[in-house]
Amino acid sequence: MFAAEPDRARADGRATGRCNQERNVTAVGRNVPRKDGAAKVSGEARYVDDLTFPGMLFGRTIRATVPYGRIRELRMALGEGGFTVVDHRDIPGRNAIALIEDDQPCLAAHEVRHMAEPVILLAHADREALQRARVDIDYEEMEPVFDPEQSPRVLKTLLIEKGNVERALARAPIVVEGEYRTGHQEHVYIEPNGVIALPEPAGGVTVYGSLQCPFYVHKALVAVLALPPDRVRVVQTETGGGFGGKEEYPSMIAAHAALLALKSGRPVKLVYDRAEDMLATTKRHPSIVRHRTGVSRDGRLLAMDIEVVLDGGAYVTLSPVVLSRGAIHAAGPYRCGHVRIAGRAMMTHTPPNGAFRGFGAPQTQFAMEVHMERIAERLEIDPVRLRAKNALRPGDTTATGQRMGDDCAAREVLRLAAGKSGYARKRRAWQGTNRGIGVALFWHGSGFTGSGEVHLKSRASLALSETGVRILVASTEIGQGTRTMHAQIVADALGVPYEMVEPVQPDTAEVPDSGPTVASRTCMVVGRILEECAAEMRERLGGLAPDEYFRRHGPVVVTREYRKPADVTWDDATYRGDAYAAFGWGCDVAEVEYDPVTYQIRPVRVTAVQDIGKAIHPVLAAGQIEGGTAQGLGWALNEEVVMRGGAMANAQLTNYLIPTTLDTPAMAVHIVERPTPHGPSGAKGVGEMPIDGPAPAVVNAIRQLGLDVRAIPATPERIMEAACASP
Amino acid sequence: MRLTVNGSAHDVAAPPMARLLDVLREELRLTGTKEGCGEGECGACTVLIDGDPVCSCLVPVAQAEGAEVTTIEGLGGNHPLQRAFAGLGGAQCGICTPGMIMASVALGPRPSLAAIRRGLAGNLCRCTGYEAIYRAVRQGGGDGGGAGEAGRGARRRDARKGT
Repeated sequence: MFAAEPDRARADGRATGRCNQERNVTAVGRNVPRKDGAAKVSGEARYVDDLTFPGMLFGRTIRATVPYGRIRELRMALGEGGFTVVDHRDIPGRNAIALIEDDQPCLAAHEVRHMAEPVILLAHADREALQRARVDIDYEEMEPVFDPEQSPRVLKTLLIEKGNVERALARAPIVVEGEYRTGHQEHVYIEPNGVIALPEPAGGVTVYGSLQCPFYVHKALVAVLALPPDRVRVVQTETGGGFGGKEEYPSMIAAHAALLALKSGRPVKLVYDRAEDMLATTKRHPSIVRHRTGVSRDGRLLAMDIEVVLDGGAYVTLSPVVLSRGAIHAAGPYRCGHVRIAGRAMMTHTPPNGAFRGFGAPQTQFAMEVHMERIAERLEIDPVRLRAKNALRPGDTTATGQRMGDDCAAREVLRLAAGKSGYARKRRAWQGTNRGIGVALFWHGSGFTGSGEVHLKSRASLALSETGVRILVASTEIGQGTRTMHAQIVADALGVPYEMVEPVQPDTAEVPDSGPTVASRTCMVVGRILEECAAEMRERLGGLAPDEYFRRHGPVVVTREYRKPADVTWDDATYRGDAYAAFGWGCDVAEVEYDPVTYQIRPVRVTAVQDIGKAIHPVLAAGQIEGGTAQGLGWALNEEVVMRGGAMANAQLTNYLIPTTLDTPAMAVHIVERPTPHGPSGAKGVGEMPIDGPAPAVVNAIRQLGLDVRAIPATPERIMEAACASP
Repeated sequence: MRLTVNGSAHDVAAPPMARLLDVLREELRLTGTKEGCGEGECGACTVLIDGDPVCSCLVPVAQAEGAEVTTIEGLGGNHPLQRAFAGLGGAQCGICTPGMIMASVALGPRPSLAAIRRGLAGNLCRCTGYEAIYRAVRQGGGDGGGAGEAGRGARRRDARKGT
């Protein structure tokens, strides 16, 4: 469907030393060769575990063995010499991983609050000796809390209010209520987390690692190590997937490796194996969402009262902002005059939950879309018609009071998805069979929530080189195509061939802080800053090609900072205003088959229609949609994190099941382009939105089979329960 | 022990029960073969032994003695499957890609979609949802890309790996 077109020969400015300012062949919108393609298919791309340094040691993390307790006594049997041992007393700076709040220790000092809490670090040249070493820690155990609704500790609360919900609910002829639950999800990037830390001869440390946010790691290291910022250098190595899972936890691993490296005076590699990665690192927040919705008899949404509860795990980490995005998306892409969304993130004695593609929005939209299906069932209205009646249109306002612009494509993606999938026909034809079809309509805000981008003050640079122009950004390539997409944007804005644009590997000593690679912001936000850099550079060049200008006049670097669009306003205190500069719009239709003997649900086909403003690179954009859809299907059906006593009991790929080729259905992707004025060439974010829709679409397909499912994953066990409960 | 990898013979010092994966990556510095799980579930470490795809994390190096081992480096970088994976979005983060390409080589020429899905079921990809991989394998394996020396074990595929 998205065949790559060969990179056509085109006029090359280098021949004449002039920019080809009137080039009619552009890079944006074409399937140019991805910058990292050749290295990745040949095996030459270097990931962190592929690197070694002379004298390198290996690191190991000794973790808590109780979910909540005080450390009483510690016994070590190392067996031989050559060990470096680090505990909290070796931390020269603050014993905390700097993020929103500094409550998470780098190494537990007196108390542990979850089963994967790091206590002691070891390093040794011989990995087998390292594994043989025994460290036993006795604890005075305390009573842990695992149920977020029983927790006495709130990590964050928020309230979004529009209109008068209580009055509107009291007047509504029909009120539909429901509770919806989603479980943890593990990212399962195929490359586990890992870093290598090198002590620098002049003092300081350099860290190479698999990570999404070099400057998050930099900030955490400066605080833990009490080093001046210029003595800490963080370099991203080729990264084998992230999905949010390498947003905040690499700061912890980097701090550990750096402490070992500084104490031993040797390079230290700390690469997790799969089991440790699954046990210790972050997961998607489990959620409980309750809806109370007033509707008219003909299906208009009159009032929405929504309660969102997230299980944050043991420390604050990113939970406040996950809750924020989740709550803002909780009312779905619908118009309603009276909305109240009350959210809270609660502490439990489990490893901190964190960033995962979608960042709270998949959880709340799962609830909204299954609830919409139940409203349709109650009113006996066609589910597509119910959604079309209530979908946001240009000029409508959201729960935070944000007015929708002309690029609001909710109704369009719904109409296309229903039409392309043959929803109405199949729904009729499959009544009473073991096949079901379900729809989900969703939206996703691009960029940091609220005034997040204003606080970030992201910067990006372009630098002339002997061969063209280099892109200097902290945005990381983690598979999604950052390098390629940024180079396309710069090539066109600068009026040079794509081949002349060279992205630089993020290195905090070399690139400006363009913010973290998260929140569907790398194209729309950072891409826009790069576009502005290119426009300024183009003026500087005065018609000369970049390499020619460099040859004649020497180096030129242009740096620009994020500028808030004048028409985007937000109030952090009241949660009112423009939550995001732009929204993408999506609609998924899922078709499933049900086996009443094994209770297994098999997804057969998914139609995914998504408005992303502009597909800078259609093959890469489709790859985000297909990959996010598959990951969402895994969350919906297969992926169950079994928590026992506060630890993941199935921390291996043998029994934590992500979709294989045989589990993944055929996908039909259709991209809609309703441009936003805030992105380069109209582009919005594309990375996260695809995971918002598959789970509710699948569960709504299951509901058509007469199975009352309101929680995921919809494993055969859960389907059996629903089947036994149904009349 | 003597090992033939990508057509060249190597004397290796590792003990016989060392994982083939470690010998390739650490002793021979062929780091194109990746480790994703260490228990034969993800297929990132897939290499060919006499044309058959195996998870090199599960194979003791002794078992490869006297056999022809082919790794991603042995394809040379310009194999039709490598070109197709790069061009059609079959590689995103790239960590599963070497193993995925080696498993695809073993599918033989012109595999059907059903054969691709069965043959790659032991190789996990978290980025693509597999659709772009199917497109790449169909194009790259279209005109003999999957045939040749390295792919001769395709006939025995189901006996060794696949579902």
